[in-house]
Amino acid sequence: MIKPPVTDFATDFDHTDEAWVADPYPIMDDLRERCPVAHSDRYGGLWAPMTYDAVAAIANDTEHFTSRTVVINNGRPGDDALPAPIGVAPPISSDPPFHEIARRLLLPAFAPRPIAALEPFTRELCNQLLDKMGDADLVDASVQYAEHIPVGLIAKLCGLPQEDGEQFREFVRIVLEGVDLPAEERLEAFKPVEEYIVPKIVELRENPDDGLISYLLDAEIMGEKLSDEHVFGSILLLIVAGIDTTWSAIGSSIWHLANNPDDLARLVAHPELLPSAVEEFLRAYAPVSMARLVKDDFEFQGCPMKKDDWIFLSFPAANRDPEAFDNADEVLIDREINRHSAFGLGIHRCLGSNLARMEMTVALEEWLKRYTKFELNASEPTTFSQGQVRGPRQLPIQILERS
Amino acid sequence: MKIHLDTGKCQGHGRCYSLAPELFDCDDLGTAVVLVTGELNDDQLAKAKLAVGNCPEFAIVIGD
Repeated sequence: MIKPPVTDFATDFDHTDEAWVADPYPIMDDLRERCPVAHSDRYGGLWAPMTYDAVAAIANDTEHFTSRTVVINNGRPGDDALPAPIGVAPPISSDPPFHEIARRLLLPAFAPRPIAALEPFTRELCNQLLDKMGDADLVDASVQYAEHIPVGLIAKLCGLPQEDGEQFREFVRIVLEGVDLPAEERLEAFKPVEEYIVPKIVELRENPDDGLISYLLDAEIMGEKLSDEHVFGSILLLIVAGIDTTWSAIGSSIWHLANNPDDLARLVAHPELLPSAVEEFLRAYAPVSMARLVKDDFEFQGCPMKKDDWIFLSFPAANRDPEAFDNADEVLIDREINRHSAFGLGIHRCLGSNLARMEMTVALEEWLKRYTKFELNASEPTTFSQGQVRGPRQLPIQILERS
Repeated sequence: MKIHLDTGKCQGHGRCYSLAPELFDCDDLGTAVVLVTGELNDDQLAKAKLAVGNCPEFAIVIGD
């Protein structure tokens, strides 16, 4: 289906529009000035708040907004369609009080210490990828590097074979793209994901290992094993949510350094700036916009929201709000005060934030150890993903100097 | 001046214990725990302010 291009984002907002995909930041700034909550009749009704204040208010308001489904598309779950309040991929799709129960099961696996234990594996993976790139002067930092790192980590964490990892990107595509398909076709497109996960559950039930899937199969809520839907949904969440997100964050960081030689030179000379640089890249190029559904008709900041309207919850827009950040439109790799919301706000704070930060830090460290000067190759296309996760998908980098 | 952590607001972003590990640690779920509950010296105060300024949930306050 070909949709008409957006002529005014204030009244016909669409995050999949080409202009938004190419460069959303000027559009955010413009909308923040004159709306600041954009609206659209697309997807059956959608609101897109652009201020930090509105994004934070909605993220923290589980009374009026539900997380039952977090990928904006043409369908609606309907009141009985999903095993509410669990949702399709707990805990991201769960509301209180079940949310906390599902989340607590997973939090220990993503706490700082277990994630730190994955650092040597990550470093080795990055070096294998860099070794493969050899001494080529033109490399693709997305296709040859960023996209493989989270895939390897998620496979490792779940106890799935490394070679299966490459399929996960296809699952991500199925879940996050195809949002314009009619609801039934979209459901049909999910089949390969089921065909992969269900046999894995059967296999690991019989022969458990020390991965996260086996842990979930063994976990109990109030003395009862988790339902098959819960285990399936959480695996789906782990496989989908941890991949294109971190891939995008690593890619956008390299994209920034390729376009800003001063920041690159400074970071190469002062690697101790990397932690604050990582936070600033997360703020300025936050990959993820979430979604909520309006629970019941409700007026929010003067907007007459209707039951089942979508909320496009743009943490990237919140992070660029000059009311919340000094010099919001500038990327300052030594920014000291940085309360960015790249990992969300409130009870749904990204479960994998420690993992993502570790992957970003190691990926950038190892990249910068090899490549001390590089730039975007303008004769090859640079492309960005379309949808709720934004990052470079083709990122041609010309290497100018290696260590 | 002391550190006050609102554990109801903390969502485990982990900024405080990354930036000021001498003042904060975390539990098994990644939720922040205050290590220094008494009066802060000048060095500690500077670090605590850094933690305050990087907490996305506004869960840390420095006060009496």
